[in-house]
Amino acid sequence: MHREIRVIDLAASDLRALNQSLHDLKPDTEFTHWKVLSPRGAHAIACGLQVPVTVEIDGHVGYYCAGMNKCATVIIRGNAGVGVAENLMSGFVRVHGNASQSAGASGHGGLLVIDGDASARCGISMKGISIVVKGSVGHMSAFMAQAGNLVVCGDAGEALGDSIYEARLFVRGRVKDLGADCIEQEMSGQDLDELAGLLERAESDARTEDFRRYGSARQLYNFHIDHAGQY
Amino acid sequence: MRFVGNSDAICVAFYETSVNLHFAGKPMRRPRHGKLHMCGIVGLFFKNRSFEPRLGEYFGEMLACMASRGPDSAGFAVYGSNAPEGSGKFTLYHPSLDYPWEKVAASFQAADGSPPQWERFSTHAVFVIPGPESAARALLREQYPEVKVMSAGQRIQIMKEIGPPGDIIERFHVRGMSGTHAIGHTRMATESAVTTAGSHPFSTGPDLCLVHNGSLSNHNNLRRNLRREGIEFETENDSEVAAGYISSWLNRGDSLKTALERALDDLDGFFTFAVGARDGFAVLRDRIACKPAVMAETDDYVAMSSEYRSLVPLPGIEQARLWEPEPGTVYSWSLPNAS
Repeated sequence: MHREIRVIDLAASDLRALNQSLHDLKPDTEFTHWKVLSPRGAHAIACGLQVPVTVEIDGHVGYYCAGMNKCATVIIRGNAGVGVAENLMSGFVRVHGNASQSAGASGHGGLLVIDGDASARCGISMKGISIVVKGSVGHMSAFMAQAGNLVVCGDAGEALGDSIYEARLFVRGRVKDLGADCIEQEMSGQDLDELAGLLERAESDARTEDFRRYGSARQLYNFHIDHAGQY
Repeated sequence: MRFVGNSDAICVAFYETSVNLHFAGKPMRRPRHGKLHMCGIVGLFFKNRSFEPRLGEYFGEMLACMASRGPDSAGFAVYGSNAPEGSGKFTLYHPSLDYPWEKVAASFQAADGSPPQWERFSTHAVFVIPGPESAARALLREQYPEVKVMSAGQRIQIMKEIGPPGDIIERFHVRGMSGTHAIGHTRMATESAVTTAGSHPFSTGPDLCLVHNGSLSNHNNLRRNLRREGIEFETENDSEVAAGYISSWLNRGDSLKTALERALDDLDGFFTFAVGARDGFAVLRDRIACKPAVMAETDDYVAMSSEYRSLVPLPGIEQARLWEPEPGTVYSWSLPNAS
């Protein structure tokens, strides 16, 4: 294992070159730890990574940071613009500050932790990702969420979980209102275990018993399992 | 920053196609490709007036940085020195680079024969004209119908052109301008033609203007209704309708804040607006808030932009309070000793 940290200062070097270097890494690369300085709000930093490396970014990032990643760990020491960890496949992304809209949009797997707030449409169309927001989320979060977990330690804005399919939503604070077909549901033992695990991984000291669980009433489905034989 | 070579035609085709979605029972439009880059807007407002000489320097950098969001055209409004008591500041436009503005100046001679102050900025000229605004407008309409009034008021000057924003910033010497605040726009046209008149900001009255990122879907109907009230429109542009709408309510005695709040109910579509007034600056996003906006505030200034990266050149940005304006909420700031 290579212990040296590769440091890239984006004030002096090219963003595309950085992303290309990260894309060129093989799974057994010895360069497993990268540090990015002066991101200055640039878009698409550390996207499309396919190998288990850690990228730490010191500062605020622009759109789509850490999008589409597999296996990698990305730590953002600042705020993130639109679509952080969009379509995340696996791995871990942490935002120390706040995230703009559509955080974790359509993510398939992995864990996104936001220490601050996330704005509108957090977890829109999520497909298996787990998202833990230590602050609050904006309106239409988990819109059309299909699978995965959204944990909100603060409050949720209007129309939480509108047109939700099968994701689980956990909110500790106030929910302004629920979207179409999203209802409060009983917290099962499995839900509690899952929630406890996510809070632990997010290094949150929130207590599971303070959360309420929301999910789909399954009234908007066109497909009904009882009619499966007729298709 | 240099012009990033997007093909306008392709981008327009992308954004003009839309699918219908529903939000809270109301139909809404969304670009089919879900890509929400179109147009960049920026605003900078100094709370600390010692920064005034450097307005153009900071604002020019912010606007240049948004060129990639709107490569078609660019424009801005700068709030500079006050016109002397009893006179008004007019920004006039003619497409010719060597338009004989001195002739126009001669038509506005004072009683003692002295000509008004004026200065040429590329296709625009800023005049300080004595007397009421209506008289100056009437004379211009009568004697110089080929000249367009871009802005009128005590402090505002609006300048806008088609072409790469970086070039426009140079042509108008933006970096050398001083003042208390400025708003600007880089355009990627979606709803109407790429013309100077269709560029932003749009004047909404004396010392007032608006820039818009987004698209309105009920602008034709609104324009018809506003025309019946006597509001004049020069283009088929949706943002001009937003400006006309604000003017209409200001004319009826609304405050800027109230007029903007009304817009939330009456304008159907997507918008982030930045509004400039003689002594202030306001920001509003629609309730769905698909169009991005980020704000930064320090003891010295308030700034907004479509993207954080254009705020990076501002002094002390690392320590600034950064936030995303809430949907459907009017944010406004005024100069401390607004007269």
